[in-house]
Amino acid sequence: MKQQLKKDTHVSKVIVITSGKGGVGKTTSSAAIGAALAKRGHKTVVIDFDVGLRNLDMIMGCERRVVYDFINVIQGDAKLKQALIRDKRVDTLHVLPTSQTRDKDALTQEGVEAVLNELREEFDYIICDSPAGIERGAHMAMYFADEAIVVTNPEVSSVRDSDRVLGLLSSKTHRATQDGAEPIKAQVLITRYDKARIDKGEMMNVDDVLEILAVPLLGIVPESPAVLKASNVGVPVVLDDPSAAGQAYEDAVGRLLGEEIEIKVDGERRPGLLRRLFGRTA
Amino acid sequence: MSRFGFPLWPRRAGSAQTAKDRLQILLAHERSGSAPDYLPQLQREILEVIARHVKVDREAIDIRMERGDELSSLEINIELPTAKR
Ligand SMILES: Nc1ncnc2c1ncn2[C@@H]1O[C@H](COP(=O)(O)OP(=O)(O)OP(=O)(O)O)[C@@H](O)[C@H]1O
Ligand SMILES: [Mg+2]
Repeated sequence: MKQQLKKDTHVSKVIVITSGKGGVGKTTSSAAIGAALAKRGHKTVVIDFDVGLRNLDMIMGCERRVVYDFINVIQGDAKLKQALIRDKRVDTLHVLPTSQTRDKDALTQEGVEAVLNELREEFDYIICDSPAGIERGAHMAMYFADEAIVVTNPEVSSVRDSDRVLGLLSSKTHRATQDGAEPIKAQVLITRYDKARIDKGEMMNVDDVLEILAVPLLGIVPESPAVLKASNVGVPVVLDDPSAAGQAYEDAVGRLLGEEIEIKVDGERRPGLLRRLFGRTA
Repeated sequence: MSRFGFPLWPRRAGSAQTAKDRLQILLAHERSGSAPDYLPQLQREILEVIARHVKVDREAIDIRMERGDELSSLEINIELPTAKR
């Protein structure tokens, strides 16, 4: 824990957004959560770990401004500050794009660690947008994390993969292998929640998902056309016109910061029981 | 968001059109291979030239780019130590 020795006023958190399964909403969530943190004044950087399939820059709307990337920094071709792109809308928000041309082997553990340590000096929150799968890119995105947000859709393969990823978080990460280190704090974010399909019994409900995964619930993001629209225009959904999905992300970030915000599903309140059962411990 | 849509064409200029425009600009740059792979080299060379005249720090250079459909701009910022002559 080098960084804790150096400064005790500035706490810097590395948060991985991961899932195992592809296409569940990791990049959407990384952009929204990063932007919501930054809006609250926290200095935040979102890093794209999906080497070879750069996408975060499109979702954040800074694709025309990429000069250097994460891999250039790891390989010493560019300095970190040259590769960081500052958001034009929220000046506490930054993006570290990834390479479109290299492969995941370029992500060395030493390189990733060095970049994260340098970012910790300057940023309050470092959001790591993991690629799908459990290979090198996903492993590197979670390895140095302090907290994890496991993005899950209420359907079988996504829940199964989330369970697998939760296992990796608690066994194959820096915190897991360090004697005496606190384990990574993991929470589930249910996205693409479709109330109609759940009511029809086509999709598992939230209680089913939580019962299986047995980790606290950070939030529920409804399936929403606002997400597609926001990605079309390159604006994180919390910076775009108000929407249910945007509000769900704002609330999730409030909870991430320790605020007590009731979890709602499509405007309905969820019974308090669940929060008592799975509610976050201090 | 009304960056593109004038109320003249309320239906047509939706966000999908914006998505298409953004992709066309980006992909045109990516396909032409003008990916900024030459930039590390460019940066080194610029610094070499400058170092012949002034003492500069390897880190004192900042390159920013903004790609457009008509033209792109490259902004190069170099911090020079206060010159003594
Ligand atoms: N709440 C939502 N409502 C509607 N569509 C959504 C929602 N969340 C994500 N999507 C859509 O799902 C698709 C996948 O989202 P995204 O790219 O964020 O997933 P990902 O987990 O990062 O994917 P990958 O594993 O490929 O990196 C996108 O088309 C996105 O617009
Ligand atoms: Mg993604």
